[in-house]
Amino acid sequence: MKVSGKDVENVAGLSRLRITEDKMDKYLIEFNDFLEYVDMLQKVDTENVEPTAHVLPLQNVFREDEIKPSLDRDMALSNAPEKENGYFKVPRIIE
Amino acid sequence: MEYEAVIGLEIHSELKTKTKIFCGCETSFGAEQNTHVCPVCLGLPGVLPVVNKRVVEFAIKAGIALNCTINKFSKFDRKNYYYPDLPKNFQTSQFDLPIAEHGYVDINVDGRTKRIRVTRIHMEEDAGKLVHSGNTIKDSASSNVDYNRTGVPLIEIVSEPDMRTPEEARVYMEKVKSILEYIDVSNCKMEEGNLRADVNVSLRPEGTEKLGTKAEMKNINSFKMAENALEYEIDRQREILEDGGHIVQETRTWDDNKGMTLSMRTKEQAQDYRYMPEPDLVPIITTDEQIEVLKQSLPMLPDARKTKLMEEHGLSAYDAGIITNSRAMAEYFDDIICDGADVKLAANWLMGDLSKQLHAENKDIQNSPVSAKYLGKMIKLVEKGVISSKIAKEVFGEMWKTGAEPEAIVKEKGLVQITDTAAIEKIVDTVIADNPKPVADYKGGNVKSIGFLVGQVMKASKGKANPGTVNTLLKTKLV
Repeated sequence: MKVSGKDVENVAGLSRLRITEDKMDKYLIEFNDFLEYVDMLQKVDTENVEPTAHVLPLQNVFREDEIKPSLDRDMALSNAPEKENGYFKVPRIIE
Repeated sequence: MEYEAVIGLEIHSELKTKTKIFCGCETSFGAEQNTHVCPVCLGLPGVLPVVNKRVVEFAIKAGIALNCTINKFSKFDRKNYYYPDLPKNFQTSQFDLPIAEHGYVDINVDGRTKRIRVTRIHMEEDAGKLVHSGNTIKDSASSNVDYNRTGVPLIEIVSEPDMRTPEEARVYMEKVKSILEYIDVSNCKMEEGNLRADVNVSLRPEGTEKLGTKAEMKNINSFKMAENALEYEIDRQREILEDGGHIVQETRTWDDNKGMTLSMRTKEQAQDYRYMPEPDLVPIITTDEQIEVLKQSLPMLPDARKTKLMEEHGLSAYDAGIITNSRAMAEYFDDIICDGADVKLAANWLMGDLSKQLHAENKDIQNSPVSAKYLGKMIKLVEKGVISSKIAKEVFGEMWKTGAEPEAIVKEKGLVQITDTAAIEKIVDTVIADNPKPVADYKGGNVKSIGFLVGQVMKASKGKANPGTVNTLLKTKLV
């Protein structure tokens, strides 16, 4: 096993996910499978291969600094679970 | 044991583009909440960000001005963290291939020049703003989010830990602001949060190399605050170390009202941002030619301008430093002297009366009621002896009020200096006759009492007599 239950908890914590006890084994196995797959990739000889920053053969895609209309506020807020005075309302966050 | 502070700064500067970094939403400050947002900056599913060309230009300009190497291959990355000011749950930033690296800024503290190395400059998007409904964050049940600022372009300028005192940190911050203003890539309005710094500080025994555990203070948005926060934090850490304790690596917040730093969060769990290349944005390739064009477009920078004022016009390092601190002031100065006004007088008027008046009325020099051209004309009137420097203050006050030409004011108010010896002589005679006591004192050897007599003559002439002539006449008559 490359990862422990603690690693899974840590990753879940960073992603703000709650993982129930009964799912733990499932994730543990899946995480390990992923990492073993990556290990396989690591074995490929990349000696003379340029690192890839992007999968498409594209570069320098820019737009001019020109103002485009923004969304109407009601529209922008329309998917918000909660709103208040034109704001998105979220639970109090203290780390 | 003596301790030495080790200070590094991360300066975030908003770039003065019209639109956000990845979408066409406006960046202007102070709009109604959530009115400058669109599917891209709100991070709605299925949208594609496209880089604002001007952001890259501005970042490269900043890189050149801060003596960096421009990376000809640069890319964006996702910095993952969960906080409601980021609608996407990641910040689009740059990780291993920032736009610029390995620069430096020379600062001047106590007459000595010190080089502060710039590690890197990267481009990123600003986050939104949280508004807490209660009095403090602790008694709010919820927070409200305004995403107008989300996606406003930022450059982050990271320094090496090369500063040793709070003063050096402040001067470095001021210098960076000055340079960014000169090259016109940021408004640098501190009150609007255009320029903010995260300040890192640790202590180590003097003479040792190993870095101590640091504390980070986030979002310091004034020079004074940076200096105060650092002073407090250095004292706090020193006390802990002297008591045999150890510093906990943590993020602290500076409470400007209380004048102290408070712990925000400790880094028990190292922050893991899980950077990954941004798949929605393609790499940025910059050529030598493009860099050269941008380099040529830059104006003369504060240091070069300062040297020029010292070498070509003989100003002191102090005066030249103050005048070139802001580009607007340096340009105003050039405009005063371009028609031949005396350089030293120009410097004095600019740093003295004009600055004082601008400050008192909270005006920028760009909006000065007295134009540089008229101030130059007025200084020439003083040089030619048409008006005395005392009358000049009156003329200046009038120019400030009305914006009129100095010659017109002098003419209209009859302020031309009396240089006619006969006319002054008459006044001198009257003053001597009316003030037997000071006259006797002077004759009796109290040289200082001549000052009083000069004053009386000036008063009688309504300030228009040439003080030099008055002095000479009095001295001849009182032998």
